[in-house]
Amino acid sequence: MGQRLNRDWMTMTEPMLAEYFPILVFLGIAGAIALAMVGGSLLLARQKPYPEKLSAYECGFEPFDDTRRRFDVRFYLVAILFIIFDLEVAFLFPWAVALGQIGWFGFLSMMGFLTVLTFGFVYEWRKGALDWE
Amino acid sequence: MITAAAFYIFAFVLIAAATMVVTSRNPVHSVLFLILAFFNAAALMLIAGAEFLAMILVIVYVGAVAVLFLFVVMMLDIDFARLREGFQRYLPIGGVVGLILLLELALVIGTWTTATEASDLRLAPNPGGGVSNTKALGQILYTDYVYLFQIAGLVLLVAMIGAIVLTHRRRPGTKRQDVAAQIARSGSVNLEQVPTGVGIGELGIRRPTLPEAPKPKQVEHADHHGGHH
Amino acid sequence: MDGFLSTPVGILAITVAQTLALLVPVLIAVAYLTLAERKVLAAMQMRKGPNVVGPFGLLQPFADAGKMLMKETIIPSGSSRLLFIMAPMLTFLLAMIAWAVIPVQDGWAIADINVGILYLFAISSLGVYGIIIAGWASNSKYAFLGALRSAAQMVSYEVSMGFVIVTVILCVGSQNLSDIVRAQENVWFFIPLFPMFIIFFVSTLAETNRAPFDLPEGESELVAGFFVEYSSMSFALFFLGEYANMILMSALTTILFLGGWHPPIHAEPFTWIPGFVWFALKICLCLFVFIWVRATFPRYRYDQLMRLGWKVFLPFSLLWLVITAAVLKLTGWLPA
Repeated sequence: MGQRLNRDWMTMTEPMLAEYFPILVFLGIAGAIALAMVGGSLLLARQKPYPEKLSAYECGFEPFDDTRRRFDVRFYLVAILFIIFDLEVAFLFPWAVALGQIGWFGFLSMMGFLTVLTFGFVYEWRKGALDWE
Repeated sequence: MITAAAFYIFAFVLIAAATMVVTSRNPVHSVLFLILAFFNAAALMLIAGAEFLAMILVIVYVGAVAVLFLFVVMMLDIDFARLREGFQRYLPIGGVVGLILLLELALVIGTWTTATEASDLRLAPNPGGGVSNTKALGQILYTDYVYLFQIAGLVLLVAMIGAIVLTHRRRPGTKRQDVAAQIARSGSVNLEQVPTGVGIGELGIRRPTLPEAPKPKQVEHADHHGGHH
Repeated sequence: MDGFLSTPVGILAITVAQTLALLVPVLIAVAYLTLAERKVLAAMQMRKGPNVVGPFGLLQPFADAGKMLMKETIIPSGSSRLLFIMAPMLTFLLAMIAWAVIPVQDGWAIADINVGILYLFAISSLGVYGIIIAGWASNSKYAFLGALRSAAQMVSYEVSMGFVIVTVILCVGSQNLSDIVRAQENVWFFIPLFPMFIIFFVSTLAETNRAPFDLPEGESELVAGFFVEYSSMSFALFFLGEYANMILMSALTTILFLGGWHPPIHAEPFTWIPGFVWFALKICLCLFVFIWVRATFPRYRYDQLMRLGWKVFLPFSLLWLVITAAVLKLTGWLPA
């Protein structure tokens, strides 16, 4: 485990890909553990379902109405704003890595980008889109 | 050889998942198949050597965009019977739009030309010399492509404002917490120390003498304390 | 022997062995974290905590696991069966595969990928799915409400986490996790980036749905949040996933700010202890703070939670990111 493994047989085409191989192994093993746990419990434990037991929990009442109904629009707004800021972060990653090479112009270019988005942020703040009551 | 096999597996799953997105009846299942398609696309990008784009695809599309889709389809409570009713009515318009798009696509593909260097560039996604994928992107995105980068910022701004204009409305009669106002208020309410016990003496009221406190019962099992074996 | 190890089968065998060598200790750590949490909480409330099963209650986690295993798996009548079973497995799977890139000691990362920090960021942004799918699939109001709240909360704090990570990358110039730790050989990043360290730690509390941000599972209003309807092993998987995520987030905090495998001082008595022990000790410290916070602070209200995420952490971390970049640029300390 001390040194890098020699995965030459995979590195014929793309050396980088060999580094991703263990992730697949992790996926397989973790999936096997999860399946074994759920499957083991299904096999070992006594299953004795009846309608009362299977009904949805509602503090002892019969369920009043359907669960999947319309929801507050604010949750969508949060999701949309998250997408926008996530993209902003995505743009920041290469910038942070390459800032040493791209000089002051690259720095100022990012500042311009951030300023534009800060206007948007101030707008949503003033509009009260970030408030919950 | 192994890379080629991996490519065909991921490409096949990608196309199969994309087909399921269109054909599956339950919209939630559609979104879940879409996520599967995104994952396979990310794997294809990895095979092509574009590590950064693969991760960003997962972060942005699976981690953010598909979450929004899932929110929408889970909560909009879509009535499928009515959706199908509308299908008949909008068929002509939809057909025309689809036809125009198809023609445009045919035009684009028909006039497609490939640069002579393209096939070499495709095999070398990294500039070499130990420069990582992310760094290679960073070295040109903010300087050589500065206009495109700034336009991307403006597009995001438009999206942000558009989302707020479309979804935000002030509801009357709701209470909000104003933290600044709460903190600023602290000067108007004062804590004053009053001498205690003065009033009692003035009024001449004496505290009733307490009855003799009962002696604590002798604990019989004192020796066995904590000895529950 | 050397010949076998470089064949495809040999490499697969080694990778499987490495994976088990990491995952088994993680799972044991998760089991004992549940015990440690109960013990620490008990100590803070002057109680004894579990002390019956085994000496000092040390066998309690295994007793719990055995009990869970013998319970009936209840699948509610109105649910989507496949998704209902898949959601906890997904949560568990994500918490496990993230460990593939964690550098436990110098050169010990099993998958030493170039974009390790992005990989972890991606995995943590996928954590929402287990919760949303569970909430939707169980077809119960409490589960659904809890899932919705939880998703919005996790998403809100992820943005400021992203800004903090970018700040650390600025100081390192690489996205490889081992490089990030190596850059902290002399100064751990929590000293120069102290405010970002605090923001990051609080965000991890929100990201893992821990107290004081545990209102997705607020007992008093939502009974248990998104996993009301779960029982038996599928419940246990959620539980394991959640605690494994806590350990993962502590590991991430250690890598980004607490110098990973480096000892506090590079001098004689400290360098005797191997790096992975330091790494584990730092993770334990973070986990203790997780539990300490739970014992100390009352739960946030939902509007306060959103306000803290969007109106305090987001602008502040963005501002600090810009300041850090400007300072690095002006002083010429930027990594080449």
